[in-house]
Amino acid sequence: MPAMTTQPRSTRCIPDRAAAPSPADGPMIALDDVAKAYGGRWVLEPTTIAVFRGTTTVLIGPSGCGKSTLLRMIVGLVAPDRGTVTIAGRRLDAGSVSDLRRRIGYVIQDGGLFPHLTGRDNVGLLARHLGWEPPRITARITELADLTRLPAAALDRFPSQLSGGQRQRLGIMRALMLDPAALLLDEPMAALDPLVRYDLQEDLRRIFRATGKTVVMVTHDMGEAGFFGDEVLLLGAGRVVQRGTLDDLIHAPADEFVRRFVSAQRFPGLSGGEGRNAS
Amino acid sequence: MKILPVPTRILAGALVVAMMTLTAPVAVAAPAAGPVVRIGSKPFTEGIVLGEVLAGVARQAGCAAEHRAALGGTQIVFAALERGEIDCYVEYSGTLEREILRGETLRDPEDVAAALARRGLCRSTPLGFDNTYALGMKETVAAGAGIEAISDLAGRDLAIAVSDEFVRRADGWPAIRDAYGLRQTPRVLDHALAYRGLESGHVAVTDLYATDPEVRAHELRILRDDRGVFREYKAFVLYRADLATRAPQFVTALVQLAGAIEPAVMREMNARVRLDGEPESAVAARFLRERFGWDVVAAEPAAAVRVARDVGRATLEHLALVAAALAAAIAVAVPLGIYAQRRPRLAGGILGAVGILQTIPSMAVLVFLVPLLGLGWKPAVVALFLYGLLPIVRGTFNGLAGIPPHLRESAEVLGLDGRARLLRVELPLASRSILAGIKTAAVIAVGTATIGGLIGAGGYGEAILAGIRRADAGLLMQGAVPAAVLALLIQAACDVLERFLVPAGLRAGG
Repeated sequence: MPAMTTQPRSTRCIPDRAAAPSPADGPMIALDDVAKAYGGRWVLEPTTIAVFRGTTTVLIGPSGCGKSTLLRMIVGLVAPDRGTVTIAGRRLDAGSVSDLRRRIGYVIQDGGLFPHLTGRDNVGLLARHLGWEPPRITARITELADLTRLPAAALDRFPSQLSGGQRQRLGIMRALMLDPAALLLDEPMAALDPLVRYDLQEDLRRIFRATGKTVVMVTHDMGEAGFFGDEVLLLGAGRVVQRGTLDDLIHAPADEFVRRFVSAQRFPGLSGGEGRNAS
Repeated sequence: MKILPVPTRILAGALVVAMMTLTAPVAVAAPAAGPVVRIGSKPFTEGIVLGEVLAGVARQAGCAAEHRAALGGTQIVFAALERGEIDCYVEYSGTLEREILRGETLRDPEDVAAALARRGLCRSTPLGFDNTYALGMKETVAAGAGIEAISDLAGRDLAIAVSDEFVRRADGWPAIRDAYGLRQTPRVLDHALAYRGLESGHVAVTDLYATDPEVRAHELRILRDDRGVFREYKAFVLYRADLATRAPQFVTALVQLAGAIEPAVMREMNARVRLDGEPESAVAARFLRERFGWDVVAAEPAAAVRVARDVGRATLEHLALVAAALAAAIAVAVPLGIYAQRRPRLAGGILGAVGILQTIPSMAVLVFLVPLLGLGWKPAVVALFLYGLLPIVRGTFNGLAGIPPHLRESAEVLGLDGRARLLRVELPLASRSILAGIKTAAVIAVGTATIGGLIGAGGYGEAILAGIRRADAGLLMQGAVPAAVLALLIQAACDVLERFLVPAGLRAGG
């Protein structure tokens, strides 16, 4: 355990080891006492979080609560002012960042595809840069298109010629190309209309389970959090306010903020814990 | 599609343009048998007329003559002669002894001949006229003020205007001022404008050449140089010594020109060109016919052929200047734009600096460059290169700065290293903006390359400047129209190039 007891504001969110699905070789992602301030204001107070292999962790909270900062810290887009980030036992620093990023798939809203490349070239960009043989790239892309149920014709179109759902499926394919151990998703469904979103949610959860990836996802949607999350971390004003299952948040809110955040959401099963989060 | 890094493709495009320029067929026809005599001339009427006279002499002697008219100033033409790019041209004794051979000990004509021999050169017997400097006034004004000699100017309140070369040359104004104790401060005026000033009465005294046709036309009085300050400027032919073996008949024929051109004859020939607008070649042909009974006009190609040949040569020279400058500007400006975008604190300084370069008038740039690089294509290419920087640096900078942050981050998080991000993502995304900058630079370069005419770099500027000098609109158009057409063609070529270089996904309109 890190010596964080001297930090009164530090939030500890390390799950109970006994409850973790596969704790055998330590956490896949470990944030140890990380914090970030901009212009003298905390956007993330000192926080310690561990994410174990094969689990799905959802970060939820209102805008500006620090959930995206936390996610971006894991891939080195935001450097913590203090504390350390460790991925699969390796410390994230200038020397390791490129290598570690290749072991993490990262998906943002609307896919973040490069407009000058076709879907196929977007997905295969990194593999080609790393010198994969073309047949191997083609085979892997075909495999991923099956997994994400992307129509084959979409592969050879440019992003501007595709639908939002197709772009996001390509974004997920690109993240999975090198078969990374972890997958990070920053509000991946935010730009999609409800029907498309519904289908993609189903497909994503199937993919997470089929591939056994360690997943960290940011959303502001309670229903989505419950649908995906083995564990949900609710952030408010730069710190983790409560962690647990969606049921914990609904039925045992840690404080008034959690109660208000939960009751501000409209989704079926809020009162009884049924519906999609019941799975 | 294959992902070819964009800089490679831009470089390839520039190379293709350069290769096309270099391998295009040379549009110079060489008719007639017999040895070829290549004649040069300096860019003023008398020099060109005498170049045409030499061409006539060569043809009469059975040689093929090529006259590279208005090749450039003294240094350019003399250097071309030394390097063997031309075989002969008309020079003046004062210029040879005090400018070309400056710094050598020249006690007598043998010293001059020896200095020339060391360079593999000879000079002919003088042609018969002396084109020395002189000071002149309107006959009426001079008579009214009672001025006959330069010494009469001392202490007189008269408006003196001289050419900038005269003011600077040690054998010009400074020599006169010191020898005659003149206190007046002369105004510096273009030579042609000084004559107008004399007419209007704003200028009382100006410098002129003894063979200027304006002396007659404006009824000028040449002031007697009573203290003998102005030196001799006797005209003669400078030629390569090896001409005696390559084209002996030409060297033999040259002898006939000795003393054949008296001052009045030269002044008359200058007047026909400058005042009556006759072509130099026609004036030279008439002289040869009247003096020697030779008829050499037929050897001159038809006007249309000559124009086509001149335009062809000028096009090649112009394209070479533009291609060289543009290739260098791309090679420097694209990396500079990338650097500026990566270093926001330096970006303002870099963009400001290349912006300031753009505001310096081309004449001023040449004034800086010519002492460093000499004359010819080098200073022209460097000047065009400097003007090409701003649009390309700005296009690169704006193109990169305009990439949405989430795409920049996507490339970073994907695990691509900095070089791969630049080559595979950032430059392709910025390619449209970079190409727009290159297109602007190319069009600017085509227009600005006309400065090449000022410094012996060739191109369309030669015809434009000659047209201005001789008030010949047709000649001016011969340079200006192709320059405009070339600018349009290059713009069109860039549009075609854009179809190959800008990734299809960016053109798909989404």
